[in-house]
Amino acid sequence: MGAKAFIELWPVLRQLRGADKLGRGSAVMSSRSEHLRPRTTTADRVVDSVCPFCAVGCGQKVFVKDEKVTQIEGNPASPISRGRLCPKGSASTQLVTSPTRETKVRYRRPHGTEWEDLDLDTAMDMIADRVIKTRREFWEWEDDEGRRTRRTLGIASLGGATLDNEENYLMKKLYTAMGAIQIENQARI
Amino acid sequence: MAEAHPVGFQWVMEAKRRGATIIHVDPRFTRTSAVADLHVPIRAGSDIAFLGGLVNHVLSNDLDFREYVVPYTNAAAIIDERFLDTEDLDGFFSGFDTERGHYDPESWQYDGTEAAPAAGQRDPAQDTGPHGSSPDGGDSKDLHESAASESHGSGGPPVEGKPPRDETLQHPRCVYQILKRHFARYTPEMVQEVCGIAPEQFRQVADALTHNSGRERTTAFCYAVGWTHHSVGSQMIRTASILQTLLGNIGRPGGGIMALRGHASIQGSTDIPTLFNILPGYLPMPHAAQHQDLDSYVEGDAGKTGFWGNMRAYAVSLLKSYWGDAATAGNDFCFDYLPRLTGDHSTYNTVKGQIEGRSKGYFLVGENPAVGSANGKMQRLGMANLDWLVVRDLQMIESATFWKDGPEIATGELVTEEIGTEVFFMPAASHVEKAGSFTQTQRMLQWRDKAVEPPGDARSELQFYYELGQRIREKLKDSTDEMDRPLLDLTWDYPTEGPLHEPDGHAVLREINGTGPDGRALSAYTQLEDDGSTSCGCWIYCGVYADEVNQARRRKPHWEQDYVASEWGWVWPANRRILYNRASAAPDGTPWSERKRYMWWDAEQHTWAGSDVVDFIADRPPDHVPDEGATGPDAIGGQDPFIMQTDGKAWLYAPLGVADGPLPTHYEPPESPIHNPLYRQQNNPSRRKLDHPANPINPSYSEVFPYVFTTYRLTEHHTAGAMSRTLPYLTELQPEPFCEVSRRLAEERGLTHGDWVTIVTARTAIEARVLVTDRMRSLRLGDRFVEHVGLPYHWGPNGLTTGDSPNDLVNVTMDPNVYIQDKVGTCDIRPGRRPRGPALTSYVEDYRRRAGVDTADPTNGRTEG
Repeated sequence: MGAKAFIELWPVLRQLRGADKLGRGSAVMSSRSEHLRPRTTTADRVVDSVCPFCAVGCGQKVFVKDEKVTQIEGNPASPISRGRLCPKGSASTQLVTSPTRETKVRYRRPHGTEWEDLDLDTAMDMIADRVIKTRREFWEWEDDEGRRTRRTLGIASLGGATLDNEENYLMKKLYTAMGAIQIENQARI
Repeated sequence: MAEAHPVGFQWVMEAKRRGATIIHVDPRFTRTSAVADLHVPIRAGSDIAFLGGLVNHVLSNDLDFREYVVPYTNAAAIIDERFLDTEDLDGFFSGFDTERGHYDPESWQYDGTEAAPAAGQRDPAQDTGPHGSSPDGGDSKDLHESAASESHGSGGPPVEGKPPRDETLQHPRCVYQILKRHFARYTPEMVQEVCGIAPEQFRQVADALTHNSGRERTTAFCYAVGWTHHSVGSQMIRTASILQTLLGNIGRPGGGIMALRGHASIQGSTDIPTLFNILPGYLPMPHAAQHQDLDSYVEGDAGKTGFWGNMRAYAVSLLKSYWGDAATAGNDFCFDYLPRLTGDHSTYNTVKGQIEGRSKGYFLVGENPAVGSANGKMQRLGMANLDWLVVRDLQMIESATFWKDGPEIATGELVTEEIGTEVFFMPAASHVEKAGSFTQTQRMLQWRDKAVEPPGDARSELQFYYELGQRIREKLKDSTDEMDRPLLDLTWDYPTEGPLHEPDGHAVLREINGTGPDGRALSAYTQLEDDGSTSCGCWIYCGVYADEVNQARRRKPHWEQDYVASEWGWVWPANRRILYNRASAAPDGTPWSERKRYMWWDAEQHTWAGSDVVDFIADRPPDHVPDEGATGPDAIGGQDPFIMQTDGKAWLYAPLGVADGPLPTHYEPPESPIHNPLYRQQNNPSRRKLDHPANPINPSYSEVFPYVFTTYRLTEHHTAGAMSRTLPYLTELQPEPFCEVSRRLAEERGLTHGDWVTIVTARTAIEARVLVTDRMRSLRLGDRFVEHVGLPYHWGPNGLTTGDSPNDLVNVTMDPNVYIQDKVGTCDIRPGRRPRGPALTSYVEDYRRRAGVDTADPTNGRTEG
């Protein structure tokens, strides 16, 4: 590279001479940064989603490469959000790729002092057994005034506001069939 | 709004750019205040006095939108002569039962209507007969306790027929005159005395509101759900409704009251409820005292005017979607399979039951009550007394680890080895690892496609509950016990897909939508039948799968549509974007003005026209007068825009359905530094207390607890923190808990900016760094100042950023309509860190003793005689 060519690479000169007068774009790029490409361009697919934080319902685009989420961005087409995301929505990629996410079932036995491992299938079976047992133990055909109640007060549930409509539907349906009525979520809190 | 709903706030800024005046009413100065035209600091918990002052301003200066008010509201309705106002009874309405602490609303009714039989059937929160007894003689107290006001989430409670009206609004017992008298003492001077808002500033707000309402202009109210966190929360929102209705700002573009809710699908989880008191579509859970069969269940509504008149069709269709072929006309469509309520089964009462050993199994599903619920100690004591606990979350939350590192372990109140609770932590799939729909805060369903498979053992709730149901049914399949029939007869067979064999969310949404006799998806709830030929999992969602297409998945870009954007997602009911939009046209069906044109009557086509779906019967002309004795939708007149109300009118005055009075009334929070300036009655007399030694209330006007505290959110964190305190970006932006106080308070208590302080109530003490800032104002009320301690509530002991939980300070005293706690309380604040270990318990005990907390009745707050 000749001296002239080298000098012309000097960012200040490029800023003064070129179109990028504020020095926030091409004028300050190195050859490395010039060849950087956003990871959104290399995604295998882009999936339509919705922000999981508050109830505004901003549109999200989920970028996936090699079956991993590489980036989550606002969806410009949304009439609600027009592509914007707040700090929380913008951190959605970290939410789903967080290294501290729990991905294994954890079990604490009664009076135990530490977590233990437990196989998912075993855990599901144990939970089903406990539901059946507690339901039977606390089953109530009538209240103390002799009115038919057909229920159990032994089992309660809290949560739903972060979940899908379809999930809430199955929860309420199953709990109601169990006779469990103390089913609540964040809307009460 | 800029803090907690930043992206929604872009539309406020758009409005400002087009000339709108933005007013921000909040105890603290926030990012919203910074860009508003006017910031109005207000004492936490005094909103009814402020809004009531505005109502008074409108009424005493004849500034209401009279052409709207007379035909579209119940202003002209005449009320029973037995009704007595809080002005007559010094803070009580007629009908208060002091022993039971609740109202009999019989004297609140429209004149000459048969209140008693109609009142209670769908609404056990109200007494239904004379002497506070229900029709079958059951105890009305537990009826009251079943929070049935909430079942009006998609429409009003049923009243018998239409009331006599005086359209001159002169009759002394018409709603308009009652309203005027009720709020007459809510003057600007009183507003200053109660709220700490100067009369000049009050006047600025009043002028801005009234100048910007009428034919040509509309005003919107936006609130975040802090408004619901009061022992008078429902009535705060009702006051705003009254004001907006008087100004003609309901059902019109740019108007309305917008609840900015805080969770992605909190609206959906109310519509398709994981709530104790309702079934999908705001159908009430049956009550043991009244609802032993389908006939008695629908009796209160069947044959009434308006769309609730078809309740039997909604209920039968739901039972069909739950129990399918097993539900027949011969067995009452399995109505008896539904468990019955007998009172308050809400979350706080359930926690009390856990502490007392009456409830032993608990599912926590994406919720962290150890941090997110009021009085965290009660939550943890409850969880420590279970047989088993299932926690489903993305991260290891405090509610899963309370047994080894909760605050009570540190004080010695709980000992790990003594806690018998068996805990299952089940990792959950994130929002991109499952397909499904959220319903956002404007009732819009938006479908998410699945991007990737969930990691490891993580599963969606859809799969967890589906498989749990399958396993339970399999284990019980040979049972002949009648108690197991509802589980065994349940329709519980969904197609599965993918490597994890997940149930197909589309199939579940289609079941929610409902199907007709031909098995095809229905397109509108008007197609639902009461003979068992249709099934529908949530009648207000009927249409979301119209034409066998998932309408919630529609994504037509906003630039390809008009501003109503009706082809993005799907809004319940019937894809209607603005509710009550018949009111966007004048009584004769013409737009109120060109500027505010939205829906109008097209006489040539004999239909309502406009970009939205009309919230009315599409071909019903404005001059339609229903036949005498008509019922259901047939009874809706051409000028009755509020079609879910049995009288078709917006209710300025609620003759039924609100547990604590037909009109909002200012009461002090359960803990307050001042005496109620308006009435001798200090607190909401109907407020719900949670009697438990772990829930002591600070005595009001106590010098030991002289300051007001209130809690709120920060932009960078999310509720109880599991989704934000665990993320590096958000933790970096907002790295540790803090509280905010004014300079005056800092001086009074010797607090240094940036240092540790201890905040204490009768529940416990917590520590945080203190931000001494002009963002918190010293409010002058008459001859004294009231100071606030502001507390962002997101923290707990787990995660990347940790700290004490402000919700541990909050007492549980609830609104009587919806059983939500009051987040406002009193406290002391002192420099330095809080004591450690058992010393913390004795530190708080010392405060309780000095303040004179009643040990025999710790929840009484010592405010009444």
